[in-house]
Amino acid sequence: MENFAPLLQYLISGLTNGAIYALIALGFGIIYNATTIINFAQGEMVMLGALCAISIYHVAPSLPLAFAGAVVLVTCVGLVFERLALRPVKDPTPIALIIITVGGAVLIKGVAMLIWGKEAYALPPFSGNDPIHLGPATILPQNLWVLGITAISVLALEAFFRLTLVGKAMRACAYNTRAARLVGIAAGRMVQLSFGLSAALGAGAGILIAPLTLGVYDMGTMLGLKGFSAAIIGGLGSLAGGVLGGLVLGVAEALATGFISSGYRDAVAFLLLLLVLFLRPQGLVGGRK
Amino acid sequence: MKTKAILGGLILALVGLGLIFLGCGDAKKTAPYVVGGIFSISGPASYLGEPERNSLEMVIGEVNAKGGINGHPIKLTIYDDEGDVTKARLHATKLAQDKNCLAVIGPSLTHTSMTTLEITQKAKLPLISCAAGSAITAPAKDRVWVFKTAQTDKMAVERIYQYLQKTNLKQVAILTVSTGFGVAGKEQLLSQASQYGIQVVAQEVFGEKDTDMTPQLTKLRGSTAQAVICWGTGPAPALVAKNMKQLGITIPLVQSHGVASKKFIELAGDAGDGIILPAGKLVIWQQLPDTDPQKAVCKEYAEKYHAKFKAPESSFGGYAYDAVRMLNQALTKAGNNRDKIRSELEGLKNFVGISGIFNMSPEDHNGLSPAAFVMVKIEKGEFKLID
Repeated sequence: MENFAPLLQYLISGLTNGAIYALIALGFGIIYNATTIINFAQGEMVMLGALCAISIYHVAPSLPLAFAGAVVLVTCVGLVFERLALRPVKDPTPIALIIITVGGAVLIKGVAMLIWGKEAYALPPFSGNDPIHLGPATILPQNLWVLGITAISVLALEAFFRLTLVGKAMRACAYNTRAARLVGIAAGRMVQLSFGLSAALGAGAGILIAPLTLGVYDMGTMLGLKGFSAAIIGGLGSLAGGVLGGLVLGVAEALATGFISSGYRDAVAFLLLLLVLFLRPQGLVGGRK
Repeated sequence: MKTKAILGGLILALVGLGLIFLGCGDAKKTAPYVVGGIFSISGPASYLGEPERNSLEMVIGEVNAKGGINGHPIKLTIYDDEGDVTKARLHATKLAQDKNCLAVIGPSLTHTSMTTLEITQKAKLPLISCAAGSAITAPAKDRVWVFKTAQTDKMAVERIYQYLQKTNLKQVAILTVSTGFGVAGKEQLLSQASQYGIQVVAQEVFGEKDTDMTPQLTKLRGSTAQAVICWGTGPAPALVAKNMKQLGITIPLVQSHGVASKKFIELAGDAGDGIILPAGKLVIWQQLPDTDPQKAVCKEYAEKYHAKFKAPESSFGGYAYDAVRMLNQALTKAGNNRDKIRSELEGLKNFVGISGIFNMSPEDHNGLSPAAFVMVKIEKGEFKLID
């Protein structure tokens, strides 16, 4: 019993962070499926989501409006980014496109610094700040929001990919772009859609954690890296893998902080990534390719 | 032919101009005093560099409007190091090579100050740093030409431990950020604890960009600590406060002087209430008793800064404000002799500044005591003087 109380607290903390990593990992996965590139600007979408929501809330203090407005805005940024930075490339080899996304990330971060400055901003929690007691541990209502909305997003995405025509078309592009083109699927449109979708997911993640972590212009880089690690750990391109990767990573970090030392938190995350790459390069869920 | 004639004419004109300038009265007497400034005006530490530059320009503007020092106007040469060591070094070299430069104020950060002082020491150029690290001026016998106006970590820790001793809290847990600021703070917290009969029962660290400190705090909750001391800057310490509230930890939270700003109160929100921290007197100058000699200085600075820049005053700007006022006093007595300026700075006694009352000596080129800090408590979104 002695060790149980902190363990539960670590799990809550780990699952909340893990859910955020999962949302970011899903964004990586969707774009990877459509284009086989890694979009390193994904973390910046998280930052934009948080800061846009904070700004909208500042003008019109309504959380649903801030949430919706920020998601729409950031989705547009994702679409414009694809249209202006990636589509015009003459020789779209994956490595060239990946490097462009790195550049895009730096640009977005820089612009955000000019718009919002270097200070952190707070967003009020969605429903109160009073911790809920869960046995020996405590959980904030915001943690529940994070877990809940992540779960809903994952289910909705899964349904979208399995049940709708557009979703099926996107999956077809992922399996074989040329074959998809031959049956009349507009592959370019699907790529654009994937950027919009993953930007929306990133923005959602950013808004969800803004009340917990505050929003600041340089928050995206580290979150992006963690999300990327989660995607790799789970298996790039697999929805279930992204979620599993995110949760495993979040919980591993929290347990490492709690039971080993807080100095090793990030080390554990990246050690886990290396281990997976050595032992199971296709990821926990990914099949052999 | 024509071009040659024009060239000839130009040369003649230039020579003529030069002669006119030479003949211009007693040039030596009214030649401007050159003072250098290196601050992190842009980049991640711009929150330090900007108010520092503003304060320096504000004071020099006033001095020049009144006719300068002993009739000499002051010419400022200000550089921006962007918080970058290489750039700081470059700017320091430029200033050191300028024969007319009499002293340098800045840089804003400990690491940029450390590289700058290497150059200014060699050039025998007085430097008044605005950074916190105690290594900048210690040991003073190796730092003959270096002074600083910011309080050190050591004093902040002394002040916190004095307070804890008074309130009879003996066991503390410390939670420090993994950057230079946190590492230096942790060193002081650990090394001074025993002098005050305080026991550090748990120590944890967090990353500057970490977003969740509940695991660390859960661990601290399991210890016998009677207070938590958090050492960090930026948004992370505010998250520590929020996470403590979430976990229902009710023992007092003590923060460092690194969060003594309105912004912190805003970020921490409700969770900020009850936090105790050491702060420079500028933060609560209205609450100081009228007998406090620093009250008038703080009041004057705060009001002038508000009026000129339409922005709230900050302790950081205060470092440069103190530095330039000290320098003006030295220049008034020593004139344009670097060696004499240095001696004047070293001999400075009972100088009432924003950051404290300075008493420089050959052994101490900071000249402040722990009394430069007051302990404040956050109550209903305001800093309140408690000790």
